[in-house]
Amino acid sequence: MSFRSFEEILSKCKEQDKPFWRVILEDDMEERLVSEEESFEKMKHLYMSMKGADIAYDEGLKSTSGLVGGDGARISRAVSEGKTLGGPFIGEVMSKALKMGESNACMKKIVAAPTGGACGVIPAVLLTYEEQFGAFLQQMIEAMYVAAGVGQVIAVRAFISGAAGGCQAEIGSASAMAAGALTYLNGGDGESIAHSAAMSLKNLMGLVCDTVGGLVEIPCVKRNVGGAVIAIASADMAVAGIRSQIPPDEVIDAMREVGESLPRTLRETGEGGLAATPTGREIMNRLMK
Amino acid sequence: MNVFDIMGPVMVGPSSSHTAGAVKIGYTARKLMREEIKEAKIFLHGSFLLTGKGHGTDKALIAGLLGMMPDDERIPDSFSYAKERGLEYDFAGIELRSAHPNSVLMQLVGEKGNKMEIIASSIGGSSIVINQIDGVEADITAAYPTLVIKNVDKPGHVSMVTSLLSKHSINIATMKIQRDKRGGNAVMIIECDQELPGEVLELLGNAEGVKKVTYINAVEA
Repeated sequence: MSFRSFEEILSKCKEQDKPFWRVILEDDMEERLVSEEESFEKMKHLYMSMKGADIAYDEGLKSTSGLVGGDGARISRAVSEGKTLGGPFIGEVMSKALKMGESNACMKKIVAAPTGGACGVIPAVLLTYEEQFGAFLQQMIEAMYVAAGVGQVIAVRAFISGAAGGCQAEIGSASAMAAGALTYLNGGDGESIAHSAAMSLKNLMGLVCDTVGGLVEIPCVKRNVGGAVIAIASADMAVAGIRSQIPPDEVIDAMREVGESLPRTLRETGEGGLAATPTGREIMNRLMK
Repeated sequence: MNVFDIMGPVMVGPSSSHTAGAVKIGYTARKLMREEIKEAKIFLHGSFLLTGKGHGTDKALIAGLLGMMPDDERIPDSFSYAKERGLEYDFAGIELRSAHPNSVLMQLVGEKGNKMEIIASSIGGSSIVINQIDGVEADITAAYPTLVIKNVDKPGHVSMVTSLLSKHSINIATMKIQRDKRGGNAVMIIECDQELPGEVLELLGNAEGVKKVTYINAVEA
């Protein structure tokens, strides 16, 4: 009995005077017939697995194509040497997003959030927030419920797979989920959460899925960085009181329409966009041998 | 759509459909066989064939056949575990008629010589469906605890099974009944809301007219 709109979630929050995360948690309890503890432990397990995956990063690993690996460590070094412009928070978020995307491409254990290709976005912002702003674990798990609730509305109303709706459905959804979670952590109310998610989706609307050789490598790994940074910007805008002039639910509907009108070549077939460039084709031919 | 369909699973990358889903297909097939698999002829269809190698679909299927789950960190090295456990396998391409793009046909032989042919698809996220077992439509998703009961097609067997389940407070979520011909071999596929205790499985296995009971616990992920 998932929520079909932000409006539904927000009116439930209001009716029952409960925060966004609790409404999502209680919905899970009702649907899977589990206790609050059981649901919470399951979500905690996912969060702790994200942490574990971040720590397990190995910069020496290379993906199947041999083209992915080591970039997370590169940006990390540049940040610690003071060479980057984005400051320590964004620097660490970028590094964690790359690391998780690389680990995924290298067949390491990750948490799909919502997919494998977009697995870096949410842990990048949440783990860095916890490290640098000293939040309690309880709050972090609550933020995970916020992210999951945002993702659920997108999944029901539109889609969360690149094959169905292009990269906007994967990185776009992950970014919206991350934005909602960050907005919550930074003191935003339910309405701000919905608007931060909408602003992320708007910024990534139309993004195509053009995986080189059909693999979850190029450009997926680096797009996790974009999704994470846009999530931070969207959360900051929402907390500042900026609102999406198009209501959040309508933004999701627009994203669905855009996704449905994308040609097949730009929906995870490895036949369009970057995949169709001379270099993209050359890589694919090499892989097919 | 539950929140944990959105967040998670914990899985070995890179792709929920081509890697985690493939592990689940192998794992479910292993459960259906109910014995160690010694021989596997694997035919990849569609996107599984085109991009499977880069996604580790081959390693994932073998890992599942060895009983590994989608979050098992040994998945990338499953070929060497297969060698250790004496599982022989080969891969080929196939064109299956009107199949989902991420599909596979597997011909399996177990250590006791039992044979099984299944067609399965990874249908998005890490959701899977076993479409066919030995040519019979199956439609098993492994998202719920699932009972596959082969029985003789005679009156009373279905109600015997359902009343036994209800007596043990097990709620049936979905149920499908198939048979090859009147009075011939029938299959009941029952998805339940609760895990089934061993004693219930034993009672079912010993019941009159029941030929074989296979139980697949829900695969997390």
